[in-house]
Amino acid sequence: MNHADVDLSALPDIPVRDDSPVFREPWEARAFAMAVKLNEAGVFEWGEWVRTLGAEIRAAQANGDPDLGQTYYLHWLAALEKIVTDKQVTARERLLARKDAWDRAAKATPHGEPIELGRDGTPVAPA
Amino acid sequence: MSHSYDHAIGHNHETSELTDTELRVRALESILVEKGYVDPAALDELIETYETRVGPRNGAHVVAKAWSDEDFANWLFEDATAAISSLGYIGRQGEHMVALRNTPEKHNIVVCTLCSCYPWTVLGLPPVWYKSAPYRSKAVRDPRGVLHDFGVELPEETEICVWDSTAEVRYLVIPRRPEGTDGWSEEDLARLITRDSMIGTGLALSPGELQEVAE
Repeated sequence: MNHADVDLSALPDIPVRDDSPVFREPWEARAFAMAVKLNEAGVFEWGEWVRTLGAEIRAAQANGDPDLGQTYYLHWLAALEKIVTDKQVTARERLLARKDAWDRAAKATPHGEPIELGRDGTPVAPA
Repeated sequence: MSHSYDHAIGHNHETSELTDTELRVRALESILVEKGYVDPAALDELIETYETRVGPRNGAHVVAKAWSDEDFANWLFEDATAAISSLGYIGRQGEHMVALRNTPEKHNIVVCTLCSCYPWTVLGLPPVWYKSAPYRSKAVRDPRGVLHDFGVELPEETEICVWDSTAEVRYLVIPRRPEGTDGWSEEDLARLITRDSMIGTGLALSPGELQEVAE
């Protein structure tokens, strides 16, 4: 690497003071735990996971994400969706159909009640 | 301002609304559960472990023991995976651990330029800055500048080594033991050992600094 070519002042500051909790929102924790459990279940090797996650991070940067650490679990989730479809655990259309089913269920659920699939009365496609 | 905010929230109270991201996570989890790949209770347990039980206190225990017990220190620098697991800290991904000794001549810093590989078992999950692009790129190009950003100045003659973590190898920095701690117990020593000192972006606290933190 040619150090002289690098303009370090062009980099944003390292967010050294950002001491957010480990998981900032519950979904981050769910996404984290699913990847760990799928690895333990033998769905993928950890090396494959790291490559997939690394590729998602680079793609997000290429699309303009300043990548300051706050979006890390969004990249994690995108990598998780990619690896489960690559490994044919499920298919992208099934994920999308299931996402719509959850959206309908949420919108049919009075605020404060637990959201359950099928709450809106439409049948839910199998996993 | 606050009035219109309350008003908007009030409207949403009628039914529930999940964000696009929350919907994606629920979609994935419900499919994985139905197909038998994950158990929701096991996810809860794993999350609780990382939120409450696994963190830099584990690493501080390892470092304090290395400072107090020469045999353990020798074992740690020879075979960190075995020495660390002897204390009950066992890696989930079968990763190989390497302990890096800081000395007056050499200071070690750990980064993961690819994603954010991190020694979970001894440090818990990484802080936001460790996952940020500025840290990941600057640590490699200008480690002395990174130390400056964290408020650490080392003598010019101290060599700074940067270690890039991978899926297979994770590093734990063993900071220098501060002066004025002769005869301290492992428990007291552990209080001097910060998370950042085990990543290499900080130093262990001096007894005086510990007192300031406590006050």
